Amino acid sequence: MRWEARVEVRRRSGISDPEAATIERSLPALGYGDVHELTSGRWFRFEVEAEDEASARQRVAGLADRLLANPVIEETALDVSPAGGG
Amino acid sequence: MAPRIGVVVFPGTNCEHDVVGALDRLGADATLCWHGDDQLPPLDALVIPGGFAHGDYLRPGALARFSPIMDPVEKFARAGGPVVGICNGFQVLTEIGLLPGALQKNRDLEFICDDTTVAVTSSRSVLTAGIPIGTELRLPINHFDGNYVCDGPTLAALRAGDRIVLRYVGNPNGSIDDIAGIANEGGNVVGLMPHPERASDVLLGSADGVVLLEALLGAAAAA
Repeated sequence: MRWEARVEVRRRSGISDPEAATIERSLPALGYGDVHELTSGRWFRFEVEAEDEASARQRVAGLADRLLANPVIEETALDVSPAGGG
Repeated sequence: MAPRIGVVVFPGTNCEHDVVGALDRLGADATLCWHGDDQLPPLDALVIPGGFAHGDYLRPGALARFSPIMDPVEKFARAGGPVVGICNGFQVLTEIGLLPGALQKNRDLEFICDDTTVAVTSSRSVLTAGIPIGTELRLPINHFDGNYVCDGPTLAALRAGDRIVLRYVGNPNGSIDDIAGIANEGGNVVGLMPHPERASDVLLGSADGVVLLEALLGAAAAA
């Protein structure tokens, strides 16, 4: 069966985040001086074929670590659920 | 016999002819190696040149690892063969794990195309062997993702192993510890963001890159 995967890729804590720092620096000028601790990342959605949720999760985790994220500087959060619309 | 140096070409690589020209002028026998080949010709050294391998999609260098040529490239490196990654080639070497750390967006989120001064800080690599420590070189950089990052233990290991081979004099991109180039433990795999091939003749504005390329030729001749 098919499973829908959502993978969030974000920087490990302690790794500098130039994109977030630049966005945060510009916020006061836009009237958002009350916004703090901004981080940036990437997000992927795809479908994967697998017998059950556990094996789907394993495939997704493998793909996330091998390709979607660079484990040297990034970590991932996964979400796997039955794909809708068959 | 002239040292045989392979120059790897991915779709999107754009510095391969500059590298071949610079190496050939110094007396090497440089040949292009297509990423889709699953073996290398007999070689004494390898260069992974700059550009945008596979369009730099996802992350610079991330997709290069899946090219068939990377398997023999990795074997060549792990057997002690001299391998130098320039700019995008440096990013490729970190992505495949031949060099530690990663290269991320420049500190000020700007693409930098400029001349920069780097200092040779270790002679213990195939790219810097024989060059006195402290030698300053004027070399061009041309990158968006040249901001070298690694964790504390990795940085400590790089320092302890004398593996930081080039440092910026005036850090242009936010790289940790001013790192412009590093080597692996054996000193045979080196990655650097500046382009020595673009500073290989006074007609190009600087010939400061020649000492680095000559060191590589020396390592290739000895290989």
